[in-house]
Amino acid sequence: MTSHFRSILTVATTALSLLVVGSAVAAPRTDLVLGMSIEPSGLDPTAAAPVAIGQVVWQNLFEGLVTIDKDGNIEPELAENWDISTDGLTYTFDLRDNVTFQNGKPFNAQTAKYTLDRILAEDSVNPQKSLYKSIESVKALDTDTLVLTLSKPSADLLYWLGFPAAVMIEPSSETTNATDPVGTGPFKFSEWKKGNQVTLVENTNYWGKAPKLEQVVFRFIGDPQAQAAALISGGIDAIPEFTAPELVSQFEKNNAFETVIGTTGMEVIAGMNNARKPFNDVRVRQALMMATDRQAIIDATNAGLGTPIGSHFSPSDAGYEDLTTALPYDPAKAKQLLAEAGYPNGFTFTMKVPNRTYAERASEIMQAYFSMIGVTMKIETSEFPAKWVQDVFKDTNYDMTIIGHAEPLDIGIYARDPYYFNYDNPDFNKAMVDVSNATTEQERVSGYQHAQKILAQDVPALFLYARPKIGIWKQGLNGMWRNGPVPSNDVTDVFWNE
Amino acid sequence: MRYIAQSLVGLIITLLVVSFVIFLIMEAVPGDPAEIILGMSAAPDTLEALRNQLGLNQPFLVRYADWLIGLLRGDLGDSYTYSTSVAQLIGERLTVTLPLTCLAALLSVLISVPLGVLAAARPNGVVDMFASLFSQIGIAVPNFWIGLLLILGLALTFDWFPVGGFPGWEAGFWPALHALALPSVALAIPQAAVLTRVTRAAVIEITNEDFVRTARAKGATPSHALWRHIVPNAMIPIVTMLGMQISVLIAGAVLVENVFALPGMGTLAYQALAQRDLIVIQNVVLFFAAIVMSINFLVDALYTVLDPRLRVRR
Repeated sequence: MTSHFRSILTVATTALSLLVVGSAVAAPRTDLVLGMSIEPSGLDPTAAAPVAIGQVVWQNLFEGLVTIDKDGNIEPELAENWDISTDGLTYTFDLRDNVTFQNGKPFNAQTAKYTLDRILAEDSVNPQKSLYKSIESVKALDTDTLVLTLSKPSADLLYWLGFPAAVMIEPSSETTNATDPVGTGPFKFSEWKKGNQVTLVENTNYWGKAPKLEQVVFRFIGDPQAQAAALISGGIDAIPEFTAPELVSQFEKNNAFETVIGTTGMEVIAGMNNARKPFNDVRVRQALMMATDRQAIIDATNAGLGTPIGSHFSPSDAGYEDLTTALPYDPAKAKQLLAEAGYPNGFTFTMKVPNRTYAERASEIMQAYFSMIGVTMKIETSEFPAKWVQDVFKDTNYDMTIIGHAEPLDIGIYARDPYYFNYDNPDFNKAMVDVSNATTEQERVSGYQHAQKILAQDVPALFLYARPKIGIWKQGLNGMWRNGPVPSNDVTDVFWNE
Repeated sequence: MRYIAQSLVGLIITLLVVSFVIFLIMEAVPGDPAEIILGMSAAPDTLEALRNQLGLNQPFLVRYADWLIGLLRGDLGDSYTYSTSVAQLIGERLTVTLPLTCLAALLSVLISVPLGVLAAARPNGVVDMFASLFSQIGIAVPNFWIGLLLILGLALTFDWFPVGGFPGWEAGFWPALHALALPSVALAIPQAAVLTRVTRAAVIEITNEDFVRTARAKGATPSHALWRHIVPNAMIPIVTMLGMQISVLIAGAVLVENVFALPGMGTLAYQALAQRDLIVIQNVVLFFAAIVMSINFLVDALYTVLDPRLRVRR
């Protein structure tokens, strides 16, 4: 009996140890190599605008009071909850306890106040400073209560506080964050091989749920062909924003990869100088819109990937409405509108096109469509960003241009004075004030919808399409974002299959 | 000795002029670095704050003088975008570009000199026809395109080489060399094509010289005449061409590094230009200028080694 029991025990332990060994062999990978087109210039999102900075450090290394999740919703982060006064002028944040920065210093209401005051300071170089201008004062009531007093209501403020530009920083790291960033996130900075890659490793003192990855490498490969080659050869595991749509079908056919087409907050539009003739006439703008087949542009520039838009909102923005039917493709109607505006034989103008593939291709298609209603468009290439920013954006010395606007909820640019559209519409300006004054989410959303409708009819810019987010990664990788409501490569929930 | 000292003084004066011209061009190039760093939504006062912080609001001559004084002290300043010292950036990138260009130059000599000499030995022979075809294609096809073909063929189809990127020398000598293999071939081929032609022409020209006829008349075998009398004399145009081509090599490296995603000087210059990181561009361009001029200087000095007659003339 005893020997019998012993043999059972032996079999059982052998089986168990085999099981352990077996599972050890099948242990999932805990590292990730992620490809990006553009290397960030510095790693401090509070000091420079390029989206590539946030795409490395936002959520992974730096965190904010609140965050924007993968569906574009505002979620608590370093603030556990908050209270907004009924007049919309006082925000009281209840901050999380026991949070430390990666250099060991504590996070509390004083550091939060320091971060926000720094954004608002006179000599601040925060690229998004203007989004937070409604904040009049910041007060730390005690270690975990922060109070913001606003000079006027700003319904979007909470959303902006979730942005890369408003991440919480540790005061003593302020001057070194660009090269040696310190945040409160689940990953900490390890190494930056300039021109090549940034490595983040797990922050073992993280206050929240530990990430499943132990190491994330962001590799920078500018050339789309080289990106595709690196994916196929195994040099990188994932590309969240693949820049060559024409190569996508090659990956869709390949079982080793998963191809995910989502949306981004980037609207590609053909902005017009509304102060210049003939674009100061709404009928001309409408005619040009109706002469343009948006889908043809998407087909030519993005291999058919992307969503046609009828106003300055993308499907990833809250309150998006499909307004492409407001001024649909109708060349006959377009000709008629042109004749009404006094241009029965068309006119000639120049488009300043940034030297980016999507813009160059789109401009050629538009040239063909415009010629069908008798309008001659000359194409002038403009080096982006430097020359374009100077000519179009700063000097507004242009007729029409084409560009992608990447920031979410950025419809307010049409109310800005000055802005490169030279657009001025009191109705629209009032709509934006209404959005700011909204005290409920419903009011805010319907305010945005009203604003979208005004633009869809008034077309200060030709609304073309929302850029797709083309994600390609190896099979077995989970938790990557499908859509990009905020430009981000948040890998905090990413893991490999077992 | 006096000749060398004179050349050095000339070199320094030229560099000074070049530095001024670079600074002047950078001044004229449209695009405000502050605007590029802060993006399109930055408010005017934020831009002004950053311009002050970067020292962009100082007058032209003050900024130029600052740069020169810094250069003399070995301080090249800090990159606007990377927030790191430019000297450190250039130093890091040189560990890629220097081996890449040296390897390419070496490869091109190893290909072109034997090929050119053999082609000249039997004009219109098989080797000559091959050399002519090679140099025509090599000159016509740009090096970044050769790079793409190499990636498609040797890296993707056969998986013999990495498709790009650089593991760094700390990953070991062989992995780093492996990563540089295809880019250096891509860079070497156009240069080898030009050098093959130059070698062939030089060898043929010298073969018809009197002293070669004399040597042959005195009983030198064809191969003795070729390797002892003709090739050494043909080295002058080859070395001259090689020296002149260094600038072509550097320009080619900019494109090839981009195709192979190599973190070298070329990628640095390319990025810095796009981002208007003026301080990086001006230092990189001056550095390239100094390299090209130093090589021309060395080539001049090499003449006297290769051809004793030139020593007497000076």
